[in-house]
Amino acid sequence: MKALFFILIFFVIGTAFWQFFKLLGLTKKDQVATEKENDINGWLMLGLGGFVYGLMLYSMFQGRVVLLPRLSASLEGEDIDNLFVITMGLILVVQFITQFLIYYFTFKYRGTKGRKAMFYADSHKLEMWWTITPTVVLSVLIIYGLWTWNNVQDLSDAENPLIIEVYAKQFQWEARYAGEDNQLGLGHVNFIKGINTMGVDMSDKNSADDIPVRELHLPKGRKVIFKFRSQDVMHSAYMPHFRAQINCVPGMVTSFGFTPTVTTEEMRLNEDTKAKFDAINELRVEEGKEEVEFDYLLLCNKICGASHYNMQMKVVVQEEEDFNKWLKEQKTLAQVINN
Amino acid sequence: MSDHHHHKETFVTKYIFSQDHKMIAKQYLITGMFMGVIGVFMSMLFRLQLAYPDQSFSIIEAFLGKWGEGGQMTPDMYMGLVTIHGTIMVFFVLTAGLSGTFSNLLIPLQIGARDMASGFLNMISYWLFFLSSLIMFLSIFVHTGMASAGWTIYPPLSALPQAMSGSGLGMTLWLVSMAIFIASSLMGSLNYIVTVLNLRTKGMKMTRLPLTIWAFFITAIIGVISFPVLLSAALLLIFDRSFGTSFFLSDIFIQGEVLHYKGGSPILFEHLFWFLGHPEVYIILLPALGITSEVISTNARKPIFGYRAMIGSIMAIAFLSTIVWGHHMFVTGMNPFLGSVFTFTTLLIAIPSAVKAFNYITTLWRGNLQLNPAMLFSIGMVSTFITGGLTGLILGDSALDINVHDTMFVVAHFHLVMGISALFGMFAGVYHWFPKMYGKMMNKDMGYLHFWLTAISAYGVFFPMHFIGLAGLPRRYYSNSAFPMFDDLLHINKVITVFAIIGGVSQIIFLANFFFSISKGKKASQNPWKGNTLEWTAPVEHMHGNWPGEIPEVHRWAYDYSKTDENGDLWGGQDFTPQSVPIRDGEEEF
Repeated sequence: MKALFFILIFFVIGTAFWQFFKLLGLTKKDQVATEKENDINGWLMLGLGGFVYGLMLYSMFQGRVVLLPRLSASLEGEDIDNLFVITMGLILVVQFITQFLIYYFTFKYRGTKGRKAMFYADSHKLEMWWTITPTVVLSVLIIYGLWTWNNVQDLSDAENPLIIEVYAKQFQWEARYAGEDNQLGLGHVNFIKGINTMGVDMSDKNSADDIPVRELHLPKGRKVIFKFRSQDVMHSAYMPHFRAQINCVPGMVTSFGFTPTVTTEEMRLNEDTKAKFDAINELRVEEGKEEVEFDYLLLCNKICGASHYNMQMKVVVQEEEDFNKWLKEQKTLAQVINN
Repeated sequence: MSDHHHHKETFVTKYIFSQDHKMIAKQYLITGMFMGVIGVFMSMLFRLQLAYPDQSFSIIEAFLGKWGEGGQMTPDMYMGLVTIHGTIMVFFVLTAGLSGTFSNLLIPLQIGARDMASGFLNMISYWLFFLSSLIMFLSIFVHTGMASAGWTIYPPLSALPQAMSGSGLGMTLWLVSMAIFIASSLMGSLNYIVTVLNLRTKGMKMTRLPLTIWAFFITAIIGVISFPVLLSAALLLIFDRSFGTSFFLSDIFIQGEVLHYKGGSPILFEHLFWFLGHPEVYIILLPALGITSEVISTNARKPIFGYRAMIGSIMAIAFLSTIVWGHHMFVTGMNPFLGSVFTFTTLLIAIPSAVKAFNYITTLWRGNLQLNPAMLFSIGMVSTFITGGLTGLILGDSALDINVHDTMFVVAHFHLVMGISALFGMFAGVYHWFPKMYGKMMNKDMGYLHFWLTAISAYGVFFPMHFIGLAGLPRRYYSNSAFPMFDDLLHINKVITVFAIIGGVSQIIFLANFFFSISKGKKASQNPWKGNTLEWTAPVEHMHGNWPGEIPEVHRWAYDYSKTDENGDLWGGQDFTPQSVPIRDGEEEF
């Protein structure tokens, strides 16, 4: 019944609009826009241009505080950030110029009776310029982009990388470290049973020393190579502060690597982070919630079911010494499963 | 076909099972509008959830029933709404509603043909579209909930009914509806291609076709190439869901048991899906760009600048669009070399797109712009096409995509470039060709108000959305409450929602204007906008066969606006020269 009520309200609003506009304009003789309409809409278009500029500038200045910290937490992320800044700079220049031209021309050449439009159908010279210029600019972007992509994707250059498997499922993350041999034991859904929740093949000689965890700890300055698996549907492992993301796909292992460069403690002291969390805590206090402090997070970025929006794992970046100490305190799979 | 107008038509053959392209165009438009109302209404409901995640709204309970008990929608319902909203808007409104309407209306009229090559096939294509729309609409009401794996329906989520409630009957209906939709789309596209190639009137060389026709023609070709691939994906997915095959599934443990699937790959589905999914962007955009070309040129009273470059760029965009699908898959874990290839091909699309944008701007330059609603929407289209297109540079660059993939940044980007731009193109088309469809004029004041409210709210919704994406917020999150780091995005979400509701509600103005003007609008003259193209030589009153006598012959291209003779005076003393006017002595054909 309520739905019917709302439909009736919409109907009444629609009818009101209908009746209102019935009183306006239907008797107008001109079928194309009149000079007065051109004038009003020309000015309004100039206003819309202003609105677009205003929105851009306001969003850029006011919105900065909500963004991720400009400090990338990984070495590879620094390259990505440089590329981002260059691309964004280019986008803004083109956006400012083209939008100005669109709205200014619309205003300036708004129709009047005396104006004669120009028959100007072609100019090979002009077209050549605006074909060649984007081509050259894009070539630079493409080359720089591919160089960055190759850098980020290249996992072969790491000396003594730390190997971690991240395992995705509806709706949580698990992980295991490769242990002393730095080799992960085989895993398959067929082996999931009881507390062997990641389906590790315990008969594989590399499995026993693997270390299962529910919170990721990473050492600062050492390359980490992640192997991702999923047990049910597609998930996506997204760690925005490290500029890292890759899908977790059932039936296959995907991998990604980065070198953490900023510890959690250091990131908490970063100016952008502080500004963002001050603002967040101000809001939280207003709402009677407890204050929070910054933590790195692993989120799921691929629709994976009803609780997709809840799926997360805390990530802690530490000095290597502290990390090693923490790792030693963790139990191996052999200790967890066999006991 | 020349004796079409002698047929005696009954109500059923004239209005329901019509084979007249103009009637079929109207059927497409009104079905598309109905689906559009549902799609937009859904977006307003889930925007309420995003802006006020903890509050109750009786409107939510009223419309969503058990899925919105206590005035708050469930996560399942949220997923369902975003899924069906995306599906409806992409396929049923912007593909069929836009391309189906204007290809049908304009191809025969602008090339000088009595009808489509096959009127019967054309009728069937509409009725299949209607059937698929009906199934998609009814799928909203099934007891397990509508399909909710996102409009991209990636398996295994879409393949396993136990993965979420929306992967049950709702998903089956989604697939059936899409399979029928694709059949309809292929019939339509083949008809458009054959008609353009074979039924052009005397003198209508390919190089004299209006850009609308070029856009529809190339769009149809992309559709024929890529839609069957999605059909194959949908059929294989039906097999996986219902007959135990493993095309897209492997090694799955769910609900406490290991499933039997072996050796398949969800990534294969993504390749098949995006082989249509990406060209689909241009299946939507190119018709809108074609309409914009026509409307801007007519209302600027100037030739479209760089006609040949415009055709070249349409072809280049169409070709490139079929070899860039992998940029949707940069983070799937496919071989990084493929990522490099797709970055290269994707970013190349910026070149023909830039050519188009600059050509539009130059067409505005030194024109005598008639700022009627169609023209305003066309200029708005160019503006949003550029704003949305530019951020594509970020998403198309594999290294940058890593950090914004599947965030709200993507949502902002594609809504501006293919949602809003295409809708603006569609509105421009409706305002411009309404006199041709109904012999009446739409109300201008309502049109102006509609444009201003829509334009402001479009930018108000999608500009700030980029920022919540750059802050790392994933798309399709029902609520941000599990992550305090997103707490400060809530106020931006509220602003977006307010603009979304203004934008959504203001579409009532358009609907009221549209339906009101059909019956009460001022009677249109034969050529109200003083256009050059052939449709304006046809009589205002509809007749099957379009022209009462001979079809006019074509002697020139479509853009002879404000052409002057050697003395600098307008040819014939008017600022337009229809295509049917022979070249005069001393006049050079462009």
